[in-house]
Amino acid sequence: MASFIQLLVSGLATGSIYALVAVGFTLLWQTSQTINFAQGEFVMLPAFFVLAAMNFAGLPFWAAALVGIAASVAVLGVLFKRVIVDPMLRHGVLPLVISTIALSLFLKESAKDFYSSQAQRFPSLVGAHDLDVFGAVVSTQSLVVIAVAVVTVVALHLLLHGTRLGHAMQATAQNPTVARILGIPVERMILYTFVVNAVLVAVASILISPIYLAKFTNGETLGLAAFIAAIVGGFNQVRGAILGGIILGVLDNLSAAYVSSQYRGAFPLLLLIAVILLRPQGLLGRSEERLV
Amino acid sequence: MRGVGTAAAAIGLALAIALPFFLKPYGIYLLSLWAVTTIAALGLNLTLGYAGQISLAQGAFVGIGAYATALLTKSGLPFPAAFAVSGGLAFAIGWGLGYPALRVQHHYLAFVTLAFSTLVFLVLRNEEWLTNGIYGINGIPRPALFGWSAASAPAFYFFALAMLVLLAAVEWWLLRSPWGRAFVALRENPVRALSLGVDTRRYTLMAFAIGSAFGGLSGALYAPLVQFIDPNSFALGLSLNLLLMVIVGGSGIFLGPFVGAAIAVLLPEWLRFTEGYYLMVYAVLVMVLMAFCPSGIVGMCRLALEAAARRHAGPAPQASAHGGGEA
Repeated sequence: MASFIQLLVSGLATGSIYALVAVGFTLLWQTSQTINFAQGEFVMLPAFFVLAAMNFAGLPFWAAALVGIAASVAVLGVLFKRVIVDPMLRHGVLPLVISTIALSLFLKESAKDFYSSQAQRFPSLVGAHDLDVFGAVVSTQSLVVIAVAVVTVVALHLLLHGTRLGHAMQATAQNPTVARILGIPVERMILYTFVVNAVLVAVASILISPIYLAKFTNGETLGLAAFIAAIVGGFNQVRGAILGGIILGVLDNLSAAYVSSQYRGAFPLLLLIAVILLRPQGLLGRSEERLV
Repeated sequence: MRGVGTAAAAIGLALAIALPFFLKPYGIYLLSLWAVTTIAALGLNLTLGYAGQISLAQGAFVGIGAYATALLTKSGLPFPAAFAVSGGLAFAIGWGLGYPALRVQHHYLAFVTLAFSTLVFLVLRNEEWLTNGIYGINGIPRPALFGWSAASAPAFYFFALAMLVLLAAVEWWLLRSPWGRAFVALRENPVRALSLGVDTRRYTLMAFAIGSAFGGLSGALYAPLVQFIDPNSFALGLSLNLLLMVIVGGSGIFLGPFVGAAIAVLLPEWLRFTEGYYLMVYAVLVMVLMAFCPSGIVGMCRLALEAAARRHAGPAPQASAHGGGEA
């Protein structure tokens, strides 16, 4: 039981990071039909921004983290939208998919060539202490990760549901044509979604890098986890993505411990295949009208 | 336009036959790699370019074919039998995967195939009793047919080239058959195809399974070419690379995969001066191509030729609106 609680807490921690990434992924899909195959690399990269700010500019960690988030907003939010997505949208979904696959390759190689091919140690938000909860050893790091993720999601929720800007963004996601008629600057709202995604991936990056170390190949598993979480939960729902992320993190930890660690990576994939076949709209998703 | 395509194919074939006489062994190896890769890309073009389904599992089918051939020929089965089994196995697995997966399409199918490709990698890596795990399989014999051995590099190249020509002819015939017409109808307007009585799901499944079989056959040739295989060669990277090849060459265009595979195989050599940066350069080239000409390099050439022809002939009637995979 004690080890179960331990696994559950660390699973929730990984899951809440997946959830952040998956939320960004679904937001991009909802507002601009962008399927971002580079989402995993988007999580890998901000950690290197932070490390660069610490090692080359000599900033303390908290300042470097802010620089990392800002750089992420500029590069992975604004620049990505302007340079990659905008010229491609008129060509339809497929060329953009291909382009983001190429982008993921580009980001991976850039991190390898310009920073390092070695895994880098990354400072954690709090020192590693272990707490005793009903006999189980729970690391404070996991709790902090969960707390930061919850705060981020609550902030996002308040932004989307509690402000005028958020309502405009939602309107853009639901029906861009009507939103435009109502006088909402649709283009700018889409840009804001990209910015929100950039902030989410930067936060996820800062949370996950102390656990997995910062390495240029990190994006592969993270990207796949985000896709799976988004699909399992429901491609067109923010709360679906959150649920999917958490299920995935917990499943990953429990199956590795209790079933087979060799096939650890296979369980989320089997879950994905099962969900797609039995409930293609996802656990919480609405089914979209599709003719064939 | 058709004449230009035929002429290009003829020149390409003449080059492919003549080149090995002027090349060092490494050049011949690259040509063989090109021929083998093109077969997989041809299959993916059938799935993606003609039936309009994004598959990220083609590399996994190449892996299945390669492992099947490696294991069977090492246990003494003659190559033609192993070759046929590889193709058949990939076809059957493609059918088995496609049957449930094609209930969902487009980006969902991309994710299902992505998951499948990762699963295949895990099986290849973990089932050591069968695949020897991360250590891979070495000493895969080169094929020998009716007393003629393809052990030398040029002999194997001509063998692979012959297979490529044969399989390309099969695909060409397939695309001209009612089946092929149905594939294109599916891609262009699935709703209309359905209402005209085309059983869309069956045809899409067929395209996917045949495309997968081409992947398996490509793997069956890849194993004796490199003579050493390990799971990493068939990880997701290969599937993504094959997808990029088809798109860069021109998806839905018959000659597209030939050009795309040539670029993907040769570009690392041309860009050798950039040292470690060639993947970055490749990635940027793909993004630029997608932004300016999503129909790929062959598509770009076709547009240019059509524009030139129009200028010559004055305002011509809109001949083939999209060309429908002729070229």
